[in-house]
Amino acid sequence: MVLPAAVRAESPGLWTLAWRRFRRDRVGMISLVVVLLFVALTLASAVGLIASDWAKEVGVSYAPPSFVGPANVSVPDERSPARDTSTGAALDDTDIVDPLREELIEIRKALAGGSSVESRAATLPFGGDKWGRDVLLKVVKGTETSLLVGLAAALLATVLGTVFGAQAGYFGGRIDDFFNWLYSVFTSIPYLLLILAIAAVLNQKGTSTVVLILGLTGWTGIFRLVRGEYLKHRVREYVQAADAIGATDTRRMFIHILPNVSHVVLVQLSLHVVLFIKSEVILSFLGFGVGVDTVSWGSMLNEAQNELLIGNWWQLAAATLAMAVLVTAFSLFTDALRDALDPRLK
Amino acid sequence: MLAYIIRRLWQFVPTLLGVVVLVFFVFNWVGGDPAYLLAGKISNPEQIENIRRQLGVDRPYYIQLWIFIKQIVTGDFGTSWATNEKISDIFATRVGPSLTVLVPMLVISTLLAMTAAMLVAYLRGRLVDRTIMIACTVGQSISILVYIIVLQYVLGYQLGWFPVQGWSQDFWQNLLRYSALPVLVGVVVSLAPDIRLYRTFFLDEINQDYVRTARAKGLGETRVMAVHVLRNAAIPIVTNVMIQLPALLAGAFLIERFFSIPGIGREVILAVERSDFPVIKAVTVYVAIATMVVNLAADLVYKAVDPRVQLK
Repeated sequence: MVLPAAVRAESPGLWTLAWRRFRRDRVGMISLVVVLLFVALTLASAVGLIASDWAKEVGVSYAPPSFVGPANVSVPDERSPARDTSTGAALDDTDIVDPLREELIEIRKALAGGSSVESRAATLPFGGDKWGRDVLLKVVKGTETSLLVGLAAALLATVLGTVFGAQAGYFGGRIDDFFNWLYSVFTSIPYLLLILAIAAVLNQKGTSTVVLILGLTGWTGIFRLVRGEYLKHRVREYVQAADAIGATDTRRMFIHILPNVSHVVLVQLSLHVVLFIKSEVILSFLGFGVGVDTVSWGSMLNEAQNELLIGNWWQLAAATLAMAVLVTAFSLFTDALRDALDPRLK
Repeated sequence: MLAYIIRRLWQFVPTLLGVVVLVFFVFNWVGGDPAYLLAGKISNPEQIENIRRQLGVDRPYYIQLWIFIKQIVTGDFGTSWATNEKISDIFATRVGPSLTVLVPMLVISTLLAMTAAMLVAYLRGRLVDRTIMIACTVGQSISILVYIIVLQYVLGYQLGWFPVQGWSQDFWQNLLRYSALPVLVGVVVSLAPDIRLYRTFFLDEINQDYVRTARAKGLGETRVMAVHVLRNAAIPIVTNVMIQLPALLAGAFLIERFFSIPGIGREVILAVERSDFPVIKAVTVYVAIATMVVNLAADLVYKAVDPRVQLK
């Protein structure tokens, strides 16, 4: 017997249906585009297509943004006007003559070597920092750091949470008790305190350290949800059927059940990217995050904090804006993703 | 009830033991030899040996772990490595300033967020609701650092409405003068996530049958919302605020650091910066204990106010 075409046609799968629902969500689509733009920016910057020369001191110190116009205080070959005034004040106060002053001026003249000082721009597209580096390029580099840290840490936390949750929910019994114990140990220490304690002990800055700290401490929320899903699924008929045809525990856990709970995992992954980006910014701001030779939004905010006092707002604005746009887009994207993958909600 | 409390307290033991082992593992194994940290850059082998003996790190791990457990039980963590201040004294003097900022902050932000959440939940789906929800999402996406930096700069430095930072010996001056800006910043920061969360609590209640009954018997909207819905939605809100408290005690470190308030949070940051392990260890263990106790208390409160809740 030949089935009519309409019945034979393959019914759309979970992802096709989710994508159809997602496409109808206008806010979700716009935020997806924004997130993809940021990812593209990050990739381009990571392979060195753009912003590879961010560390070049192209402008004068604290060069204002082009749309503001050049600063009317002339800054000759002194790098930091703030530092200059402070030494001046110190000299007035104490009458101690800096014994190296003459030599330092000589060295500075020699180092400047004519050309590099002359070619410094008075304004930059979005201003410059203390060393005259382009803030716009720094933001691109900072985006790369923060987004990569957020993604990598979220991936690590999700893998840990999923594997732990799968074990606990699937096997139950002693294994479940053990992982629940681990969960209660990790959750009874406040998240930021735990991160700070580990950062204090490692005492070793770097991007991979931050990823490890955030990933190894941040799996608890994902674990709880995935465990609940596995508890529900392990008694379902399709899993029993898999058991009947001789599928191993691992196969049942990760080939049969995992695709059925993957929507939960995906939404959690997306949520945690946002959470970890925020945590990385705080860690780097406090100086426990990425290394000194790496730019992140956190380290930019740290510099911007002092710059604001002398009226230089652009680095603060740039880092804040980039972070706010990415995080807002990512949060809205996560909401849309959840709605698309789990239509029962709302 | 009593049996439940005893069982829960009994369950603290393995968890607390886990926390102790975790903290011990992190500090004594991952952290390396603290003697080198303490001795500083210029040191000789005898000095290091001497410090190792004083700290007890030359002894086997199980004895060190035993010392650590004894410290926790007796509450005597010794002295800070950096300042030699007794750790129990550090706690006693730092809790007050922390609470001076935290309690007003929690009260104000909870009341404001509850009111706003009730309003947007009542107007759900309308323009006001959607606008406020989008504003909350955007507000949440800006780093807490930016709020602190900008508000401190504008309100404290430029307009001079508040002192930029500081602390005094006088409680009332601290509360009314020095806490004002930190509290304001804390409220602004927590408003967006709180409104979003509380809105879902209100939405859960608004669709319940008792609300329809209240309307059917002719009660005004104000009474339905402000008495019937509010009292039910307040249950998860109160427990949520309680659960936040221990984390906030240590987690308000950014605010305490920026406004140089001598609280627990700032002490944690200072300890992390100075590798002052005894202080961090003590704070971590005690905050973990506080978290467990508060969680139990929150469950008991939940049970007391909501008869549907079954404690198991």
